[in-house]
Amino acid sequence: MSIEVRDITKKYARFPALDNVSLKVESGELIALLGPSGSGKTTLLRTIAGLDFPDSNAGRIIYDGTDVTELSAYKRHAGFVFQHYALFNHMSISENVAFGLRVMKRSKRPAESVIQERVRQLLEAVQLAGYEKRLPSQLSGGQRQRVAFARALAIEPQVLLLDEPFGALDAKVRKELRRWLREFQDRIKLTTIFVTHDQEEAFEVADRVVLIDKGRIQQIGTPDEVRKTPANRFVAEFLDLPAEATASIPA
Amino acid sequence: MAGAASSFPTAARLHQPIRATSEPWYVKAILIGVVFAFFTLFLFLPLVVIFQEAFSNGIAVFFSAFTDEYTLHAIQLTLLTAAIAVPLNTIFGLCAAWSLTRFDFRGRSLLITLIDLPLWVSPVVGGLIYVLIFGAKGWLGPWLYPDADMLAHSAIARFLDAHNVRIIFAVPGIVLATTFVTFPFIARGLIPLMQAQGTKEEEAALSLGANGWQIFWRVTLPKIKWGLLYGLILCNARAMGEFGAVSVVSGHIRGQTNTMPLQIEILYNDYSAPRSAAFALASVLSILALVTLILKTFAEWRAERQLADAAASLDLPIKR
Repeated sequence: MSIEVRDITKKYARFPALDNVSLKVESGELIALLGPSGSGKTTLLRTIAGLDFPDSNAGRIIYDGTDVTELSAYKRHAGFVFQHYALFNHMSISENVAFGLRVMKRSKRPAESVIQERVRQLLEAVQLAGYEKRLPSQLSGGQRQRVAFARALAIEPQVLLLDEPFGALDAKVRKELRRWLREFQDRIKLTTIFVTHDQEEAFEVADRVVLIDKGRIQQIGTPDEVRKTPANRFVAEFLDLPAEATASIPA
Repeated sequence: MAGAASSFPTAARLHQPIRATSEPWYVKAILIGVVFAFFTLFLFLPLVVIFQEAFSNGIAVFFSAFTDEYTLHAIQLTLLTAAIAVPLNTIFGLCAAWSLTRFDFRGRSLLITLIDLPLWVSPVVGGLIYVLIFGAKGWLGPWLYPDADMLAHSAIARFLDAHNVRIIFAVPGIVLATTFVTFPFIARGLIPLMQAQGTKEEEAALSLGANGWQIFWRVTLPKIKWGLLYGLILCNARAMGEFGAVSVVSGHIRGQTNTMPLQIEILYNDYSAPRSAAFALASVLSILALVTLILKTFAEWRAERQLADAAASLDLPIKR
């Protein structure tokens, strides 16, 4: 599914979190939103998910040609993975994954046997088969994050939105999960947008990188394009590019 | 192995006193002695006296106290009052905790402060408020009582009169006063818990397609259930035991508007009744208190675990 963000503005008090942001994500693309903390990248992701809303009449969010700006998150059907996983602590791992299926309208809800089978397949896909009965508190950070992935994928979303998905993990686990995400995405071609402040992560995983600062998009491009021709001083400095790359840029 | 063992405190080491905070033995002895004396004199002894007096005329007399028509009615009225006030305050408390922790609005901190008001104000004042509002000479009196002067025939007054409903010096007044006095308990138990837990799990449920109703029952309620139970227990204990506020609005009509605490006072002052009757009824309230204490300790322990879980799921150190 393609996603279009059109002229979104959102202000907190007087300070703009998003300032006239436009972005088009093609179907099946893996996009990284990269920027320093407080740049507005998470707000942009939450706005796409329907967890935050743009100021009134300040832009549209379009899913595959359909305007979803006014729709709440629970009608958008986007898979969202939170930085600190936000698993349901009182539910077993399998109930966490099954949640999105169990809250469906009765007419759409799959049969119990189908739910069980879907949960089994998903836990297998994230290499957590055998953990069904455990509680989130009995899992490591990396395992919890994979449960969060499985839970988001259970509703068969048309788009996957990840908020600093590896931010709370240690370096080794982070690298493993990164590779897993890339392989997973190559296999099922699910449109994916993820937020990160780690440029290495963005460049290694994403098809295209969106650089954000002060609520504005500074540059959009493939990792190579961005590194070879930084659009402005912020991009060059944020990516810590050598002096010769920055020399040609007007201040 | 030796290195690994020495890096952990052994059992013996854990039981060593912590030098930096230790006092001379006699200071410790005096302090502990004072605490014990205080507990015995002010908490334990009164409890013993209640049960001793209750059974002073024998077990038969103890149980005969509960055959008295007025006493039975007082117990019924107390149960009825709690059965109305506690669910009402559960709903109010949940709404208050939800809005005060989920929304940011003008006057929020003022409301958080005001929730405590019934705890600070004398219960007698709490009762008087309702007399001033709902009493025959109160603000709403003219609308509520057909015989009060000006708007003699308001529709509400006629309705209430036709159905023989009174507010002050009647059961509705007792329920109102009790609700006022017990209002803070549930909200106060929930607000810190819900603040610590945040809204991430609710947002996750929302993104998975759950509607507000499903989120409340499947995500929020299980998260807060021990904190809620803790509040419920305290609220119930206070609702059953409240004297001051209820005393003002009750009118002390035997067999009609006397709750257990009021009935205890009447029995105690009534020289024609056996003294043990007052204490028999008092012992029921004391048992309620003891059961409350046990349940409260259990719920508190579970609620703290829920709070710790919430902190652990964010990989944060536990804040107390």
